[in-house]
Amino acid sequence: MTIDQIIPALPEVFVACMIMALLMLGVFQKGALADQDVKSFRLISGLSIGVLGLAILLVVMLADRQLMAFNGMFVVDGFATYTKVLVLIASAAAIVLSSGYMERHGVARFEYAILVVFATLGMMMMISANDLISLYMGLEMQSLSLYVVASFQREDQRSTEAGLKYFVLGALASGMLLYGASLVYGFSGTTNFSALAALLQGGEPSVGLVVGIVFVIAGLAFKVSAVPFHMWTPDVYEGAPTPVTAFFAVAPKIAALALFTRVMMEPFGDAAASWQQVIIFVSVASMILGAVAAVAQKNIKRLMAYSSIGHVGYALIGLCVANEAGVRGILIYLAIYLVMNVGAFACILCMKRGDRMVEQISDLAGMSKTHPKIALALLIFMFSMAGVPPLAGFFAKLYIFSAAVDAGLYTVAIIGVLTSVIGAFYYLRIVRVMYFEDAEDPLDAQVGRELKILIGVTAFIISFFFVQPNLILDPAAAAAKALLAG
Amino acid sequence: MIVEALAFYMFAFIAVAAGVLVISSKNPVHSVLFLILAFFNAAGLFVLMGAEFLAMILVVVYVGAVAVLFMFVVMMLDINFTQMRSGFLQYLPLGALIGLILLAEMVVVAGGWQSISAGAQMAKAVAPIAEGTTNTHALGGLIYTHNVYLFQAAGMILLVAMIGAIVLTHRRRDGVKKQRIADQNARGTDTVETRKVEVGKGI
Repeated sequence: MTIDQIIPALPEVFVACMIMALLMLGVFQKGALADQDVKSFRLISGLSIGVLGLAILLVVMLADRQLMAFNGMFVVDGFATYTKVLVLIASAAAIVLSSGYMERHGVARFEYAILVVFATLGMMMMISANDLISLYMGLEMQSLSLYVVASFQREDQRSTEAGLKYFVLGALASGMLLYGASLVYGFSGTTNFSALAALLQGGEPSVGLVVGIVFVIAGLAFKVSAVPFHMWTPDVYEGAPTPVTAFFAVAPKIAALALFTRVMMEPFGDAAASWQQVIIFVSVASMILGAVAAVAQKNIKRLMAYSSIGHVGYALIGLCVANEAGVRGILIYLAIYLVMNVGAFACILCMKRGDRMVEQISDLAGMSKTHPKIALALLIFMFSMAGVPPLAGFFAKLYIFSAAVDAGLYTVAIIGVLTSVIGAFYYLRIVRVMYFEDAEDPLDAQVGRELKILIGVTAFIISFFFVQPNLILDPAAAAAKALLAG
Repeated sequence: MIVEALAFYMFAFIAVAAGVLVISSKNPVHSVLFLILAFFNAAGLFVLMGAEFLAMILVVVYVGAVAVLFMFVVMMLDINFTQMRSGFLQYLPLGALIGLILLAEMVVVAGGWQSISAGAQMAKAVAPIAEGTTNTHALGGLIYTHNVYLFQAAGMILLVAMIGAIVLTHRRRDGVKKQRIADQNARGTDTVETRKVEVGKGI
C-alpha cells in the first residue's frame, strides 16, 4: 500500500478526518451536552458546510480520468465526480436549511451536522463503490446516519416513529441486498464489479446470478424508494423533522440512484436483457403510484414523498434504456431534481404560524398575499415539477423521454407522459390554494435570511436553465460517457 | 493418520455430547458450562483442520467474552427456566426432524460443491493459499492490507452507531455525582485528619 493508492479516495479521507476533528471540537464546547446548545450547533454546522465545500474542490481536482484504489474496490471516474458534486451540494444545502428549524424546536445539537456529513461520506463511498462489499459498507454508513437524523427530534413521537420505521424496513432491505450479493458471489466467484463485467461479457448469465441481481435490485429499489418498495417513504417523510425530510428527498436519492445506475450498467451491463423488464416494471409502477396516490394527500410532506416516488420512476426510465443516452438523462434529471427539491423544501420550511410549523396544504391559502415572493418561487418549483416548459423540470423529463423513444420503449414513454399529466393536477392544486384561496389565519411574516437566499438562487436556476442548459448537459454527457467507457 | 482420526472423533463426540447437554440440563449454569466445553472442542476441530488462528479466536472470543457475558445474564435474570422448558420433550421430534433436514441440506450443498470440479477451481481462484504462509498471516493480510478500506469503513460505521446511540439516548440529569480525578489529586493533607485510636476507646 503506497500513498498513490489512497489519492483517488482523498475527498473521502479528508471528510472522514474532518468528521472526527469536528466531533472532538463539538464535544469539548461548553454546554454542548445540553439538549439545545445554539452556539456549538452554529459553529459545527458552519464548519461542516466548509468541509463539504472543500470536499467539492478535492472531488473536482481528481476529475480528469478513471482511477482505482484499494485493490479495485474504489473507483473514481467522471460519473463519480459529477454525482459526488451533486450530493455534496445537496448535503450542504440541507445543513443550511435546518439551522432555523432546529433552533426553534429546541433540538439544535451539534451532532446533527456531524451525522449529515457522516451520511454524505457514506454516499460518496456508495458512488465510488467498485465492489459489492464496498457498496454495502457505504450504503450502511449512509443508512445508519439517516436512521438517527430521522428521529433527531427525540421528544416528538412522530419523529421517533419515523426513525424506527425507517430502521426496521431499512434493515430488511439491507438483508435482501446482502442475500442478492451472496447469490451473485456464489454463482460468479467474485464481488468485484470489473471482474463481474468481464465474466458476463462472454455469454448468458446463469439463473442463480439473475436471481441474485433481482434481489440486489430489490434492495436498491428500497433505498431509492421505488414501487413496490416505497411503503416507508410517506411515513418517514411526514414524521421526520422537515429539514431532515428535505435532506432525505435529495442527497440520499441522488446517491442511491447513482449507485443503482453504476451497479446495473457496469458489472451487469452485459446482462441488461435479463434485468431490463424488472426495472421497467419498477419505473412504470413508481410513476403511476407517484401520480395517483399523491392526489388524495392533504399533508404537504406526504405529497412531496409521493412526488419523489414519481420522480424516481421518471429517472429510472433512463435505466430501462440501459445505454449512454439513458444514463445522461438520469444525470440531468438528478441535477434538476436537486435544485427543484431544495427550493420547494425551503418554501415548505417558511410555513410556520406562531413559531410552530404547519404542514397541511390548506395552510398555504392566501400565501400569494402574505408572502408574494415565496409564493411565486413555489409556483415556479411546482410548475417545474409538473414539467411545464420552459422551466428546468420540462427539460429533465424531455431528455429522459427522448432517450426512451430513441431506444424504442414507446409504451414506457407514453405512460410517463400520461402520469406527468396526472401529476400536474396536484402540483397545480398547490398553486391554486396559494393564489385563489383566502387565508383564515395567515402564516408568520418573517422568514429566515438563509431560506430567502436559497429560494432565490434555486428559483433563478429553475427559471433560466434554458438560457445556458449546457452548464448541466455537457458535464452530464461526459459523466455518462465515462461510466459506459469504464 | 490414526491419531488424527482418533482426535477428530474424540473432539467431535464431546462437542456433540456437550451440545446435547447444553439444551437438556436442568440448571442453566450447567448449560453455559457445557456450552464452553462445546466451544473448546469446536476449537480443537479447527486445529485439526489446520486453521489454528480461527481456533484461538473461537476460544478467546466465545469462551472468554460471550460465555462469561452469558453467565452474567443467566445469573442476573430471575427466570423460571424449568417452566420455560416444559414441553421440551413434546416438541423434540419436530425439532429433531427440522435439524435433520437442515443437516441433509448442508450435506447436499457441500457434496455438490465438491463434486463439480469447477467449484473447487473457483474456490482456489477466490481464496488462493500461498505456500508457507500461516493462516494468521494470511487472514491478517486479507483483513488489514487487502481489505483495509473495508476495515476502516467498518470502523467509521461503528463510530456512527456510537454517536447515534448517544444522540438518541443521552440525557442531562441533575444530581449525578461524578468522579473528578484532578480534584481528588489536588486535595492536600489538610482535609484529612489522622488520629491514633486506642483499642476499646474510640474517638
